[in-house]
Amino acid sequence: MYTDKVMDHFMNPRNVGEIEKPSGVGEVGNPTCGDIMRIYIDVEDDIIKDVKFKTFGCGAAIATSSICTELVIGKSIDEALKLTNEAVAEALDGLPPQKMHCSNLAADALHKAIADYKAKREDSKE
Amino acid sequence: MRRVYLDHGATTPVHPEVIEAMVACMRDHFGNPSSVHSFGREAKKLLEDARSNVAKLIGARPEEIIFTSGGTEADNLAIFGVARAMRKKGNHIITSAIEHHAVLDACLALKKEGFEITVLPVDEYGMVKIEDLKAALRPETTLVTIMHANNEVGTIQPIQEITRIVKEHGAIMHTDAVQTAGKIPVDVNDLGVDLLSASSHKIYGPKGVGCLYIRKGTKLFPLTHGGGQERKRRPGTENLPGIVGFGKAAEIMTRDLPEETSRMTKLRNRLIEGLTAIPEVKLNGHSTDRLPINVNVSIRYIEGESLLLMLDMKGIAGSSGSACTSGSLDPSHVLLAMGIPHEIAHGSLRLTLGRDNSEADIDYVLQVVPEIIERLRAMSPLYDRKEAQTCTPIK
Repeated sequence: MYTDKVMDHFMNPRNVGEIEKPSGVGEVGNPTCGDIMRIYIDVEDDIIKDVKFKTFGCGAAIATSSICTELVIGKSIDEALKLTNEAVAEALDGLPPQKMHCSNLAADALHKAIADYKAKREDSKE
Repeated sequence: MRRVYLDHGATTPVHPEVIEAMVACMRDHFGNPSSVHSFGREAKKLLEDARSNVAKLIGARPEEIIFTSGGTEADNLAIFGVARAMRKKGNHIITSAIEHHAVLDACLALKKEGFEITVLPVDEYGMVKIEDLKAALRPETTLVTIMHANNEVGTIQPIQEITRIVKEHGAIMHTDAVQTAGKIPVDVNDLGVDLLSASSHKIYGPKGVGCLYIRKGTKLFPLTHGGGQERKRRPGTENLPGIVGFGKAAEIMTRDLPEETSRMTKLRNRLIEGLTAIPEVKLNGHSTDRLPINVNVSIRYIEGESLLLMLDMKGIAGSSGSACTSGSLDPSHVLLAMGIPHEIAHGSLRLTLGRDNSEADIDYVLQVVPEIIERLRAMSPLYDRKEAQTCTPIK
């Protein structure tokens, strides 16, 4: 049911873990629905230097988290904000239809992490 | 790579003797059992031999066995058949919250036809409470349908006691014995039930065949209409190769039951002991009133589908009550009915044993599972939260 790329990212997830002093953290989902993704970003001069993730969820949830980190490391935050859940799924050569909505939230988590980073930056400016 | 099949609750491999019997039936006895000529008579003999073997498995008389396309059809025939036949007497049916969908959804469909349905709750072990049943019975109750053992958590219900109360009340009792017939001793007269569903592919027979036991004198309308086969309760030319396979499987199960039950129980207990020794892994279901083949645990902080995928990579086949494996958004209705929270139900693992499993298989599983759990927990944001909780004193 999963593509080879999904299985690769599921079995060998990239960038699992946490960033000790992250520029921003974003979390989506809840344990009731069976998927939680938390994404940590390290930003320097508006460039995403590092991304780490922790995910509770099915194979698709873990694989989308993993590939999402690969897609945005080295990108500017403006570029990263353009990343959609659909683009994440496409980068994995697709997901089963029933997984498109419930388990494909990595871009949302990333956007939340960027929003968190921006909010913290505003706070420090004040 | 070692391959360990631990999903016998889903289906079982077909026994070689069953395959042989089915092939012989298709090759040598293609006749229609309803035909008068020798071809038909030979087929009829195979049909009736199979019926005797299936009847023997559950302590019934051959004429009380109606062959169906499987457990689902047997459940539907029992529930719709009795509900409609008894409608003049009453329109109330009682079932339980942990039934297979073949029963639950049949009852829901009857609700749309105007029947009243009471769904009994279960306790934390998945057991129906006798007092709840007593309170639910009404003068207009015509049918009570409660499964013998649950397919997910393996809890065995006190069907004998339940049936006694139902019969005293004057209602008809059906039990779905798909998980028990052939796995633990099942005797329709000991249990006292009027109707009992059984399936072939759960006991090393072919898929697509099952039966409904109908106690003599039980009123029941057929679901389909046609020829006079199966005492007009299930018309249509019989699936003879399937039925012959089911008969052979029943014969083998009757023969091997005591030995296999004690062997399975030993393997099951080892598996339960080993798995529940892992921190925050808890057994679901009853510890003793439990199918000998069933192990069901909840593993905190991880999700069932990812666990199954990783087990599969190691050659181990299991199943889970996680929503992600069912195609719906909710985890297992059985675990939820037992009061298990959503996030813990998502992390459930069911391993169901069978004849092909050995001690070495259990050793392998107990070596692989802890490694996988550790790997998934290391990835889980719920797990570090828990660590944080234990490390930080509560303010």
